[in-house]
Amino acid sequence: MNGFFDIPSDLQHSWLGLVGLHLREALLPVLAGLLAALPVAQVCVRFRRLYPPVLGLTTVLYAIPSLALFVVLIDYTGQSELTVMIPLALYSLVVLVPAIVDGVRAVPRETLAAATAMGLGPVRRYLQVQLPIAVPAILAGLRVAAVSSISLVSVGALIGNNGALGNLLADAMFYHRPALAVNSVVTTAVLAVLVDAALVGVRRLLTPWMPRGGRTAPAAAGRPDPAAHVLGEAAR
Amino acid sequence: MNVLHFVGAFFGDGAHWHGYDGIPHRLLEHVGYSLLALGVAAAVGLPVGLLTGHTGRGGTVLALLATAARALPTFGLLVLTFVLLGLGLLPVMIPLVVLAVPPILVTTYEAVRSVDPSPVDAARGMGMGEARILFRVELPVALPLVLSGLRSAAVQIVSTATVAAYVSLGGLGRYIVDGLYQRDYEKVVGGATLVALLALATLAVFWAVERLAVSPGVRRGT
Repeated sequence: MNGFFDIPSDLQHSWLGLVGLHLREALLPVLAGLLAALPVAQVCVRFRRLYPPVLGLTTVLYAIPSLALFVVLIDYTGQSELTVMIPLALYSLVVLVPAIVDGVRAVPRETLAAATAMGLGPVRRYLQVQLPIAVPAILAGLRVAAVSSISLVSVGALIGNNGALGNLLADAMFYHRPALAVNSVVTTAVLAVLVDAALVGVRRLLTPWMPRGGRTAPAAAGRPDPAAHVLGEAAR
Repeated sequence: MNVLHFVGAFFGDGAHWHGYDGIPHRLLEHVGYSLLALGVAAAVGLPVGLLTGHTGRGGTVLALLATAARALPTFGLLVLTFVLLGLGLLPVMIPLVVLAVPPILVTTYEAVRSVDPSPVDAARGMGMGEARILFRVELPVALPLVLSGLRSAAVQIVSTATVAAYVSLGGLGRYIVDGLYQRDYEKVVGGATLVALLALATLAVFWAVERLAVSPGVRRGT
């Protein structure tokens, strides 16, 4: 039990197995959150009056600690991975809705008018004009959602060892092996950085018209980035 | 038997209202730890953020710092400092502060830096010193954003302090963690309700502070 990749057998996974489990538990909710956020955001763009209350609701929901949501769900979904994934999907949803709304709203009126003049219907206009232009804002939201999700999965260790790499933390306590905690923290952080970098890569692929290089941070330009306030609500 | 039933039973039980493990004491503990961590984090993050924002330097370093801090797993850091340093307040305070500094620092920097340059130039033209420009012109304009940075830090601290019950910290998280071990679901759900209420109260406090402190001309109308 000296190697970095040696994992106590009670976790029933190899190191790689835990990594895979962690990614699945963290990223499936983000995907679910994205799929749910797109229609919600579209409704908010369409009916402007709805947006302020929705924004308030997202702030409130995002403030509720993950552990509280986990344990309340135990009554319904048991001590399972699903119990961890549902709140994570909810957090992703509330991060993504403002990001998408701001991104879609930032599309200039002339662009929309041009699209309409070219004969694009509302659906094609949304899919081929608004959504692609909103990609940077959406990806900025996705980065926050994915990274915080990866961090939060570990808390699942508290509800019956459903924390993937977080379970290593519980074992670090049981067996008094700080090395296991180091392993968990380092691996989780590296996963977060890699996923973050991958999402930056996806943004570059999806927006070939954007200038490359320079700072990847938001608000690099003079005016504040539409997603800046989302990034302010950084992961917990 | 649903969750609401458990919540009602928890709050209805008089035994939960006094003593060392009573709600008032646990609530005070939680608020105390959170305020301490927020105070330390603000004492570090605010001055540095104001200064870097005023001079406009160090943005790249701060952006890196923010990304790095976001990548760090909160729960992992808690357990790590606990197994390395052992029992006590310090091992829990370190991660709480470390995780709260970046949102304060980066948001303050962004807030001060994105202040409209024309009033700043006007102030300089009127002969204001740099310190007065920062505190009399830039800070009032940047205040809503600065407060939002403090708010996300506070919310994060309240939530992380809950999880910290796992590594022996007192506070409302005790109900959840102890309840899970004792298979006392009533206690678990009661604790979760209290924690959620405290998070909402934190939001409400910041909302009130923003109402009082931000000048009406600055309040963002969006």
